[in-house]
Amino acid sequence: MTKKTKSMSLNFGPQHPAAHGVLRLILELDGEIVEKADPHIGLLHRGTEKLIEQKTYTQALPYFDRLDYVAPMNQEHAFALAAERLLEIEVPIRAKYIRVIFCEIGRILSHILNVTTQALDVGALTPSLWGFEERETLMTFYERASGSRLHANYFRTGGVNQDIPLKLVQDIEKFCRSFPKIIDDLESLLTDNRIFKQRNVDIGVVTKQEALDHSFSGVMLRGSGIPWDLRKSQPYEIYEDLDFKIPVGKNGDCYDRYLCRIEEMRESVKIILQCIEKLPKGPIKSIDGKITPPSKDDLKQSMEALIHHFKLFTEGYRVPKGDVYAAVEAPKGEFGVYLISDGSNKPYRCKIRAPGFSHLQAMDYLIRGHMLADVPAVLGSLDIVFGEVDR
Amino acid sequence: MKLENLQRLEKLINSELASKIQISEIKNAELLFEVNEEDLIEVIQFIKSNDECKFKQLIDIVCVDYPDHDKRFQLVYLFLSHELNLRVKLKIKIDEDQVVNSITKISPSANWMEREVFDMYGIKFKNHPDLRRILTDYGFKGHPLRKDFPLTGFNEVRYSEKEKKVIYEPVKLEQNYRDFDFESPWEGTKYLKQVKKLKENDKKN
Repeated sequence: MTKKTKSMSLNFGPQHPAAHGVLRLILELDGEIVEKADPHIGLLHRGTEKLIEQKTYTQALPYFDRLDYVAPMNQEHAFALAAERLLEIEVPIRAKYIRVIFCEIGRILSHILNVTTQALDVGALTPSLWGFEERETLMTFYERASGSRLHANYFRTGGVNQDIPLKLVQDIEKFCRSFPKIIDDLESLLTDNRIFKQRNVDIGVVTKQEALDHSFSGVMLRGSGIPWDLRKSQPYEIYEDLDFKIPVGKNGDCYDRYLCRIEEMRESVKIILQCIEKLPKGPIKSIDGKITPPSKDDLKQSMEALIHHFKLFTEGYRVPKGDVYAAVEAPKGEFGVYLISDGSNKPYRCKIRAPGFSHLQAMDYLIRGHMLADVPAVLGSLDIVFGEVDR
Repeated sequence: MKLENLQRLEKLINSELASKIQISEIKNAELLFEVNEEDLIEVIQFIKSNDECKFKQLIDIVCVDYPDHDKRFQLVYLFLSHELNLRVKLKIKIDEDQVVNSITKISPSANWMEREVFDMYGIKFKNHPDLRRILTDYGFKGHPLRKDFPLTGFNEVRYSEKEKKVIYEPVKLEQNYRDFDFESPWEGTKYLKQVKKLKENDKKN
């Protein structure tokens, strides 16, 4: 006699601590085996692309902080690069170094959050407590450079908003000297931990071919053994001159992706130290007065500066006609901005390519045949942040 | 270096697919091909499988709305090749009510990207396995990224204390949305430039 079984559908989220935000995942279960997963996204959709079409280029930048809000400056970077490419302006060398320093700080911020919350999802509480202390230190660096801990709005077309003081550089260096020890501590809790390995090894395996087919990028791609990193393969800013390695996984499972992220943090620390060592002096913004607002001192002395200031903050600058796709290696993968300008002071169209969108799309294929308890583990290793998935 | 590779690739694709490529150009160090909608699948299959292209990764599908053009929408497909370390863009132009062939069979990741285009612009895709809205609310009407869709939308949502539930209402604006006209020239008006020229001429004379 055969027993008839009925599959059950289960709502995972939209309010679930392991969903890393507002994800409504509709799971079809046969007992404890997941047969199908249908992610419903868009609960955090704010219409960023529509809003950017109505704003000048300067006003559009802060929207990028609100996409992947755990590594805000990496997003700003992509938009700044796209606008610079259309305007064909040169960024001063000091600004490039400052940008790289803060992008790598963003990478560490994002990876700490991901590694520790992934551990939290599978039952380890301590790593998140240790990791968040370091994140707090890093966010004070953000604050000292830009004025705010999270939504920095620090990058500008043609450079960065403000120069960073020497004391801040020294403090970042001090942090970089002590941080590898913290990574060691985190690793001592997780890497050889029996429970952590049982929950992550051989879970959510992605083969090379599938990683390509599903448009994976970043750690999702490298975890499967494809050595691809935009910082190395299509270098932007000053990454060519820096010495760093690209960690690559072997098996493409959740555990390999975790290991990749840990190693990437170590490489980021190395990059920051190299940047600090080489950090040149000089201007931090493009010297083109039609794009960069004048300094406060000039405002009080020069009529022309006053006019420029007024025009830049009401009308903004005009960007030549054309379209351009600029991508950066954000912590989560390839973050791209496809910018179309019609020659006016507002972007005609600004498409945001978020890495998490493609990663979450593959959820159905990744989780099929796994147990219900593996859902948080896989979701955690995808490194999803809803700010960028929903836009 | 990279530009040479792009030029070589442009020549190769143009010679292999001569009849299918409408326009090809390299601008801002990016290679763009314009093709007809009916040739799209064939071209994508070629650049994906040809040994000298290997554009295996679909990066994104971008739709752009030009209400004044003959064919209202443009779809831009962005591809990346790891082997060649190059990117390529494919562009098609389509009418408002035209149905486009889905490329989900060639690249599974196109699934959500096409859903997003459908959601935001209302473009329908043939042979798409699951063409639903993706980012907007359940039961949403209209296609928000079209240029004729207002920024504020039509409905707003709030919790009603009276009815003890979330309700939808038409948008009420306390103040009209302000859109300034920035068409005024910044670089000094034309007549000023002419005056300047006249003065210079006077000096010479």
